[in-house]
Amino acid sequence: MIECNDLTKDFGSFRAVDHINLHVEAGSVLALLGPNGAGKTTTVRMMTSILPPSSGAVRIAGYDVVEKPEKVRSKVGVLTEQHGLYERMKGLEYLDFFGQVYHLSKDERRKRALALMERFDLTFALDKRLGEYSKGMKQKLALVRAMLHEPPVLLLDEPTSAMDPLSAKQVRDAIVDLQRGERTFLITTHNLAEAQALADRIAIIRHGRIIANGTFVELAKQFVGEPLMELRVKGHLNGLVQDVSNLVQVDSSGDDWVRYRADDPFETNPNLLRHVTGLGVDVITLAPVSQTLEDIYLEVVREDELLEGGTHDDIH
Amino acid sequence: MTTSTNSFDPHIASDQTTRWATFTTTMQNALIITRREVRDSFRDWRILAPIFILTFLFPFLAQFVAARFSAWLTGFGAELIGERTIPFLLMIVGFFPISISLVIALETFVGEKERRSLEPLLSTPLTNTELYIGKTLSAMIPPLISSYGGMAVYLTTLLFTELAWRPQPMLIVQIVLLTTVQALVMVTGAVVVSSQTTSTRAANLLASFIIIPMTLIINGESIIMFLAPDADSPSGIGALWAIIIGMFVVCILLLRVGNAIFNREELLGRAIDQLNIFGVMKKIGRFARSIDDEGTTASNLIEWYSKGVTLSLRRLRTAMQVAALVFIVAFFAGFLFGQLEQWRLPLPPQDEFLGTDELSNATEIMSSFLNTSTQSSAMGFIILQNGRILLAAMILSIFTFGVASLTLTPLTYLILGYLLAQVLIAGYDPLFLFGAVFTHGIIEIPVIVIAAALGLRLGSIVTRPPRGETVGEAWMVAFGDTVKLTIALVIPGLIIAAFLEAFVTPRVVIALLGG
Repeated sequence: MIECNDLTKDFGSFRAVDHINLHVEAGSVLALLGPNGAGKTTTVRMMTSILPPSSGAVRIAGYDVVEKPEKVRSKVGVLTEQHGLYERMKGLEYLDFFGQVYHLSKDERRKRALALMERFDLTFALDKRLGEYSKGMKQKLALVRAMLHEPPVLLLDEPTSAMDPLSAKQVRDAIVDLQRGERTFLITTHNLAEAQALADRIAIIRHGRIIANGTFVELAKQFVGEPLMELRVKGHLNGLVQDVSNLVQVDSSGDDWVRYRADDPFETNPNLLRHVTGLGVDVITLAPVSQTLEDIYLEVVREDELLEGGTHDDIH
Repeated sequence: MTTSTNSFDPHIASDQTTRWATFTTTMQNALIITRREVRDSFRDWRILAPIFILTFLFPFLAQFVAARFSAWLTGFGAELIGERTIPFLLMIVGFFPISISLVIALETFVGEKERRSLEPLLSTPLTNTELYIGKTLSAMIPPLISSYGGMAVYLTTLLFTELAWRPQPMLIVQIVLLTTVQALVMVTGAVVVSSQTTSTRAANLLASFIIIPMTLIINGESIIMFLAPDADSPSGIGALWAIIIGMFVVCILLLRVGNAIFNREELLGRAIDQLNIFGVMKKIGRFARSIDDEGTTASNLIEWYSKGVTLSLRRLRTAMQVAALVFIVAFFAGFLFGQLEQWRLPLPPQDEFLGTDELSNATEIMSSFLNTSTQSSAMGFIILQNGRILLAAMILSIFTFGVASLTLTPLTYLILGYLLAQVLIAGYDPLFLFGAVFTHGIIEIPVIVIAAALGLRLGSIVTRPPRGETVGEAWMVAFGDTVKLTIALVIPGLIIAAFLEAFVTPRVVIALLGG
């Protein structure tokens, strides 16, 4: 549904996006992560055909952004970094305006606007001027605007950044619902927990380049290693670490615990348990140590920094 | 929530769609923007209050001033001036409200950019042209309603007061047209200004580039209204028609510039109001030395001439064709003009002329040029004269979308056509005229065509930059080409032509005259 091939954008001598390749299947969610100024917004702007690529190509819902810009824009809903509402307009009036731009009939505009406003608990603010809306309400209304014409592709820049936890949950639930309805999402966010919860795939962009791209499991395996397991026993380990290191790759240990990497937990864990209990050790727990997207993200960025440093050293 | 995808496609004109259908779709989409913006403007008391005052109160003040002024002047026997104050104040009543259009336009374009509300709009299927037209109309409609309303109130009050002025209907039509084109010029100018800034503050500062010329035009129109000998003509004042047409042309050019500038990349690409003069100069320098479209610089003079200069000449081809065509038209216009009875020169027939002392005087005068010091200073004078005219045309072209190049330089050809007509009418053999023109003209004419084309391109490229280039990039390439061709061809060409004109042409003319 979203295809970027060798996408590059230069502003004068500055390369904002550097030969990126992204493929997002219909009905899936891609989280595009990266530090500020990494090229996320420029990428999204190229996908909405606001900025033409310097080279490479983007196709959205089968349409090339350069050849069919209006067609592309009719197929995407965009939540921009700055919601940019018209403060003197009222909520319903604002949505009606965008409904007209998308050529929805009067009844359809009203029906969809009311349904979406209700879904995001904004019904009470239908006739309020947007200048009176709170930051979170504005964010929700901007999201409603992006969804109003029911586009197959939604590009959301920081969709929950200004929202309270309840509103943020409403938005996440809406994304999950829409995704089930075969909508495709590209979300840029700094909220890694949210990205982990929502995204089917994660791409990390830095200095305009995609430095990591895959599912959470794939990235975890690639950047922080095999799943990490923790075995906790009753009493002291008393040389058990040495003993189990023949069976598994020990990562670290304490007085009463040992952590190890399990490339195949289904095979390794039962073997280890049999071995340990056979030694007469009482096992309290055997559980995976949770790896967060934050661990992965930090590792990816750290590795890229090291790589960059190396490159610079090579140059000098 | 429904999940069906939207399958409408009203924005995309199919191949079969007629131009008319495309136009109607464009206007329908543009009017969606206009309606919203106008409604928004009418919600702002800072716009509403002056519109109300200027529509319903100011015309009474103007009428009062006109009556008092007229009565006072009558005491001095200057009724005519008093009477002409009335249409003048009608124009002022119409102009004051449209000055608000500038404020609205700056607010509509750069204000929206500043508030970041433009990007959601740019993410919709609306085309650049639809957005541009929609916003331009929205900046014009409220002030024009106020302007027309104010003029209607002013004219109505005149019907019921002691001022018994009954204007020529055409004069009222002219004032309404002037008001409309002035509003259009200010709004289209404001778009250009807005595109160069990121804040309303900076845009307001730059707006003086619109206000000052507009004030000068209003002053000129006022003078015309008071002094025009055809003020009471049923067909209106001729000079005002000229201004209306001139401003209409400016409108079209500004609309083109605005439409070229009003694109998504230009609008969102400019992040800070900073002019990097050093960077711009560096780029222009690179383009001046370039041998290809990528800006690769020439490694030596031969490569620069063989590849770089020919590349720039290729880019200049259309402008050269236009310049040459204008010169030919000017020449024939001069020739036709010379046929008019009232403009003919009273030349004696050739036989008489050749027998008179005038010819020998002419050959003597020409012969007096044939000494080195006179010829050298003549050569210097010719270079200076041609050089400064071409330089002035080029500089003025930058500010006149290239028009100056097509008005200043063809004058010579207009005169030549006129002279040829006189020579032929008097029955002279035109050979000496050809000798006087083409001996050096063989170099000078192509050089002037190139120079005029350079000025034309430099000024007009902002109205339609090549596809894929921003206005700034296109202008820098054009400036680089101008520098390149001026150094490579124009300056050397002018020097050679001046040498021929000072040292060779007089001898050829004397020989042809039989001296």
